[in-house]
Amino acid sequence: MLYREAGDFKTTYADDAQTFPIAFDRWRYYAILIVAAVIIPLVIDSYWAKSIMVPFLVFSIAAMGLNILTGYCGQVSLGTGGFMAVGAYASYKLMTAFPELNIFFVVLLSGGVTALVGAAFGLPSLRIKGFYLAVATLAAQFFLVWLFNKVPWFFNYSATGQITAPERTVFGIAVTGPSVPAYASYLFCLAFVVLLAWLMRNLTRGKVGRQWMAIRDMDIAAEIIGVHPLKTKLIAFAVSSFYVGVAGALFFSVYLGAAEPTEAFGIQQSFLVLFMIIIGGLGSIFGCFAGAAFMIMLPVLLKNVMAGALGWDTTLATHFEFIIVGGLIIVFLILEPHGLAQLARLMKEKLRLWPFPH
Amino acid sequence: MRLSTIAAMAATAMMTAGPALADLTIPLLSYRTGAYAPSGIPYADGFTDYMTLLNERDGGIGGVPVNVLECETGYNTQKGVECYEATKGDGSLIYIPQSTGITYQLIPKATADEIPVHSVAYGRTSAVNGKVFPWVFINPGTYWDAASIMIKYALEQEGGSLEGKKIALVYHNSAYGKEPIRTLQELGKKHGYELTELAVDHPGQEQKSQWLQIRRERPDYVFMWGWGVMNQVAIQEAANIRFPMEKFMGVWWSGSEGDVVPVGDGADGYKSVTWHAPGKDFPVFDDIQKHVVDAGKAAGDGSKIGEVGYDRGLYTAVLVAEAIRIAQEATGGGEITPADMRDAYEALGITDERWTELGLPGFAPAFQNSCEDHGAPHMGAMQQWDAKAKKWTLVSDFMEPDYDVVNPLIEEDSMAFAAENNITPRTCE
Repeated sequence: MLYREAGDFKTTYADDAQTFPIAFDRWRYYAILIVAAVIIPLVIDSYWAKSIMVPFLVFSIAAMGLNILTGYCGQVSLGTGGFMAVGAYASYKLMTAFPELNIFFVVLLSGGVTALVGAAFGLPSLRIKGFYLAVATLAAQFFLVWLFNKVPWFFNYSATGQITAPERTVFGIAVTGPSVPAYASYLFCLAFVVLLAWLMRNLTRGKVGRQWMAIRDMDIAAEIIGVHPLKTKLIAFAVSSFYVGVAGALFFSVYLGAAEPTEAFGIQQSFLVLFMIIIGGLGSIFGCFAGAAFMIMLPVLLKNVMAGALGWDTTLATHFEFIIVGGLIIVFLILEPHGLAQLARLMKEKLRLWPFPH
Repeated sequence: MRLSTIAAMAATAMMTAGPALADLTIPLLSYRTGAYAPSGIPYADGFTDYMTLLNERDGGIGGVPVNVLECETGYNTQKGVECYEATKGDGSLIYIPQSTGITYQLIPKATADEIPVHSVAYGRTSAVNGKVFPWVFINPGTYWDAASIMIKYALEQEGGSLEGKKIALVYHNSAYGKEPIRTLQELGKKHGYELTELAVDHPGQEQKSQWLQIRRERPDYVFMWGWGVMNQVAIQEAANIRFPMEKFMGVWWSGSEGDVVPVGDGADGYKSVTWHAPGKDFPVFDDIQKHVVDAGKAAGDGSKIGEVGYDRGLYTAVLVAEAIRIAQEATGGGEITPADMRDAYEALGITDERWTELGLPGFAPAFQNSCEDHGAPHMGAMQQWDAKAKKWTLVSDFMEPDYDVVNPLIEEDSMAFAAENNITPRTCE
């Protein structure tokens, strides 16, 4: 009743090809954008910004990046943490070497640097596939973290190997450093999320995206119909690493403010992002957000409910958090192997028929 | 849609989790889970038990009860930041991050929010310079003090010269473990020893290659900057290669019961720096037994009482409680603000008489903070593990570090921080 195309007449091809062909979906999308860009910044406080929204947005970008590579192009990667570290250290070096450069461009350039590094590590993907490629990217993960620990140039020869983000502003408002207003860090990340999600949507439904999916579904068949495998895979690695690099730069400069490579960009970060896209849904943009929300917000929520509202012992609450999150992951994978995005898709199908299912 | 439901539920959860009002709120960023729990549990127990003792025996401090707000970090920086953001609005008087990584995160944040940070003998060493870091305190000493004290002890053992000796440093590959390297290098130039740096990655269970290298190079001394599981693995490995234990010394975070007991007899003779006397032969422990443990209000199961980690939590709690008392005297009222707390910390001092009054005679050296020096007394002694008797004993007096080497390094590093962050150092006059 609510959710159908009846009465919504399309008169141009552009209308037909739009992302949300159903009017209800379109309005819902605009409503979310308005809430996210106008209403949330007005009410957000520093706890919500620093502990919930900013990590959620940052990891959404990282999940989008990995989803391009794994979900759309079918190349498994365990190097996400390492590529995030590249983005973070690139942004640190750029921030300290060119203090007058706007932080917005610093983040984009960090993404660019990561894209180059990612493409270099993507080279073996032509010859090795599946699990073996995962192992090759795992090597990237460990090599990159080791590199940032070992070479003092990357952390400007500081005594402890910590990198600390100096204060940078956009339109005169600080977005990095200790005295950032809550709304500024949130809006800064949101701008990147909206921009990159829009870019991803348009990449994946265009020529490049179709080539990625052709490679994913059957690389030999794709090659026969004229898809250049090396070029396509390298583009996927570069674009994916660009996203992950932007996420790493934001993770370090806006979210944490200070970082050390072993802890902030370790293997657990790679797995976290991988879980996000598996739970959210491979090959789906909505899945990136759903997965990031599940993995970032759920533990915070459980902690606040168990240790805060119910007043449980913090140790007990933490252990229960592991059990519940782990259990839910298993439940989701058994009941809906295609992730939360598939659940949403099914719900939409049902809504279109409701209330007359025949 | 899913997102908004989660957000709404979280919002409700946070509303209901309001703070207890009119208390002295001290957040405790503890870690009772994960690879660092063996080090984290006794510490958190000691801190909480002492505060419970004050509440039960004296009705709080100056008649105001203390509310310890425990928040689990798992020694994880991200979770630590979340804990900070979650508790800073609840009237938190001071933050004790209990992790060097979290300390680095909190120094700029807490300075901007004007809440003091007390990193108890960990964290950023140069933050001891009160001129540049007015909100950060690091009593009873810094890692650079510890490094210097360890070298001083080794010098004593070797009859005054370390010329041509080899020292290996086994360190946790993080900001924490890297802290002493610069000081040890500087001291190496002065005393003529050769330093080998061996990094151990988080969480520290895999150290075979590092100890293989030690076996091959046969250094005269091995120093360790380890934490959590890493400590007991290192001591086990040292025992496996039959490294002479009395030449193996840990920093103060690598010398607790949890680190040596699992190794058994092999750990006999292992040494570590400490800033307080070990054990529980102090009158205050009788009070803890009576008012806290017997009343069923202990934070842990009681098995950790008197362990080194427990004593450290207790030491921290004593300093916090003393600072609150000084702040109350200065403001004349029960309720205090974080700013009062900062002023009190700068005036904080505990004399030998006061230690006795607190039921801890001879527990730790007397000290007095000042505007410039936020890390008094900078003293440490060497303790040695006796595996038969299962206890630590002090084998040296409390020593001062080599200020000639440490102070210029602190000045250099803190001034570099000031320049990077556009801070004009206070004059302290």
